[in-house]
Amino acid sequence: MIQHMDVGAVVLRNLCGLYSNLVTRPTGKAVRHAIEERLADRPAPSLTIIDFSEVGLLDFSCADEVVGKLLLHYVDVRAEAYFLVRGADDHHLEAIEQVLERYGLALVVIDANGGARIVGPVDDDSRRAWHEVQTRGRAAPDELLHQVGGPREKLVAQLDSLSTRRLLLRADDEYVALHTMM
Amino acid sequence: MSTVITVPPSLDDNTFEQVLEQFTHASDHEKLLIDARHTRWASPYGLTALLALGHARAEDPAGFTGPEAEDTASYWQRAGFYRYAEELFELHGTIPRARPGASDSNVLLEITPVEKSDDVHAVVERIQTKSQNILVHELNLDPQATMRFAMTLSEVCQNIVEHAGARGWVAVQTYRWRQRLLGRRVVVIAVCDAGIGFRKSLETAQGRRLSDRWDDAMALEDAVIRGVSRFRDPGRGQGLAGVRRYVGKWDGKLSVRSGTARIAIVPSWDDDVPLTENLPSFPGAQVQITIPERVEAR
Repeated sequence: MIQHMDVGAVVLRNLCGLYSNLVTRPTGKAVRHAIEERLADRPAPSLTIIDFSEVGLLDFSCADEVVGKLLLHYVDVRAEAYFLVRGADDHHLEAIEQVLERYGLALVVIDANGGARIVGPVDDDSRRAWHEVQTRGRAAPDELLHQVGGPREKLVAQLDSLSTRRLLLRADDEYVALHTMM
Repeated sequence: MSTVITVPPSLDDNTFEQVLEQFTHASDHEKLLIDARHTRWASPYGLTALLALGHARAEDPAGFTGPEAEDTASYWQRAGFYRYAEELFELHGTIPRARPGASDSNVLLEITPVEKSDDVHAVVERIQTKSQNILVHELNLDPQATMRFAMTLSEVCQNIVEHAGARGWVAVQTYRWRQRLLGRRVVVIAVCDAGIGFRKSLETAQGRRLSDRWDDAMALEDAVIRGVSRFRDPGRGQGLAGVRRYVGKWDGKLSVRSGTARIAIVPSWDDDVPLTENLPSFPGAQVQITIPERVEAR
């Protein structure tokens, strides 16, 4: 079962009652631990929305703790935990992007208009494949071949990699866009 | 026996080296007297570095005589210098009285001690409310610059909390730079401490192999240019990397002094050298960031 937990509303607001700014490593660490705690008893797969709309400033060190180390942990242990970021403005994204580059991680970000995009290092072909799934909501590789092109094996490898990186959810032979889980 | 250290009439990152030259030649057993009577102007770096110097001699506090010129002394008081100088020096002469509510619009952040993470939060809160108008309307930076500026400040202050092992001071001021930049306005961040410095901080990294040429200059190159940290965690070292990127975007200057070396990211409007070695030895790290007013290309 897919759980939807709005971390922005639940965790960030509670934890940052003292500060409206997410700065310093200890603050970031505390936020991450709160998120991990709330995720611990959730059945897999889970989708967590990290909502930055209530956050003033996000510095690089705090972004590393809140976003970088959080994603790294769940990708490393291959847990079926998926994350979306929303409510992030340009400077939040600059900090997040730098962190993701550093770890070679990527994340799906929902912008103010509801559009989704990948932030972080992902090659152009994989981005195209991701975009096609995103547009359709869910799709099997054969449905995408016409738009994306290339050998089928290559496309499947790209989609699997996107799924391993928690940018798409794999459900049997199909790949599912994260926003459809909301 | 006492040694008198004369503070130059204009005290900034360059002329502070004259102070350190005298400081390093003084013996540990000598009583020090810092004489700033004839100083007429001091940058945020000059003031915070003086406090770091006082901190470096905390066990045997140096005497300190402040500027004679009333406007200079009054400015030092408004900038918060005397609040901390009282704890670090034996003050001589007249100490300008603090006028309640008196503030200086050019001082974006008066001298503020930084020792723990909460201090960084306080600095960030204060700078955001005061810097918006100056950064956007006087320095013509884009509206997002306020956030980026606060991020920059946060990261350089965290450097003290994470690595110095001692208290440091931060100050932010804006002024018109007459000697350079054709009198354009600049905003200057200074963060100075007398802690363990970059070389010793990196030496504490587990399993770190030190090369034959390991010295303060190399430690600065590692930390500032290569983003190396004493922590093995791959996420470390991003703060200074982010600061460098922003400073570059603003055509600003970043300089970091530690031990006997100083490294600088030098913009085209400045003729500083990227790396200076064999400076007078001084503990801790002293950081200065200068961001100039943006002038539209014609």
